[in-house]
Amino acid sequence: MKLFTPAEIPCQQVVELISDYLEGALPTRERRRLEHHLAGCPHCSAYLAQMRETLRLTGRLVPEDLSPEMQREFSDVYRQWRSEQ
Amino acid sequence: MSIHAPRIRWTRGRLAPADADLQLLTRLRGGDEHAFVTLVNKHHDPMLRLARTFVHSHAVAEEVVQDTWVGVLRGIDRFEGRSSLRTWLLAILVNRARTAGAREARSVAASDSEGFIAAVDASRFDSGGAWSSPPEQWVDDLEERIGARALRDQILDALAQMPERQRAVVMLRDVDGLRGDEVCHVLDLTPANERVLLHRGRSRLRQALEDRIGAAGA
Repeated sequence: MKLFTPAEIPCQQVVELISDYLEGALPTRERRRLEHHLAGCPHCSAYLAQMRETLRLTGRLVPEDLSPEMQREFSDVYRQWRSEQ
Repeated sequence: MSIHAPRIRWTRGRLAPADADLQLLTRLRGGDEHAFVTLVNKHHDPMLRLARTFVHSHAVAEEVVQDTWVGVLRGIDRFEGRSSLRTWLLAILVNRARTAGAREARSVAASDSEGFIAAVDASRFDSGGAWSSPPEQWVDDLEERIGARALRDQILDALAQMPERQRAVVMLRDVDGLRGDEVCHVLDLTPANERVLLHRGRSRLRQALEDRIGAAGA
């Protein structure tokens, strides 16, 4: 079992702070404690890398285009609006 | 699956910048129907997904989206460009979805916030909070080991299983690329609440990928 000094953050807490860290939402002192931990903990560094990879992969999902039928419906919406102008 | 997963494809592309929206807006005001359809096409899927967090039925969600565009066209002169067009659209959509008689969004937000859900199961840490079952190194060869299609399916499946508000936040942030403050505006969330929902959602997605690696016999 790894022992932590009071200034250190346990791994179990690190994983709860990773999102706020990536968001830049951690107060400076807490961010420094987290970075200090990451520098000495390969497991939490691996976790951080996995989280970044997860974000990268999720960001590759993009919407499908409208079906031709839906495009026609929206064209009708537009023509109706134009006729009211 | 409550999310309309088949409409999502997998690509390296990103949404066009806000400037392109403003150009389309100018053209549609001038009578360019194609510009309108292009604009609708760009925003339809995020709008539909967001509508689905307020209404159960896909058909009703489509009506809400269409109704939103009718309202957008009628109120087009009220758009002053202080927020991005996308944020403006989504905020209008949320109002429409609520007033369309859909269920109250806050009750969903409340249920998402109940209790603490750990990002990683407590059994993987020892009594001092250090990893006892640490994460594997899989980032560098994930796609080679699992395959792009299986990864995509795993992410879609994990998204579909999320509480609706959590999924809405993750998709708006990480798929549609909205900023945190834009998501707060659209969904009427506090920054703290948005971050909690995002944290839980992203943690679930990471866990889903780890589970997939484990299932592949890593």
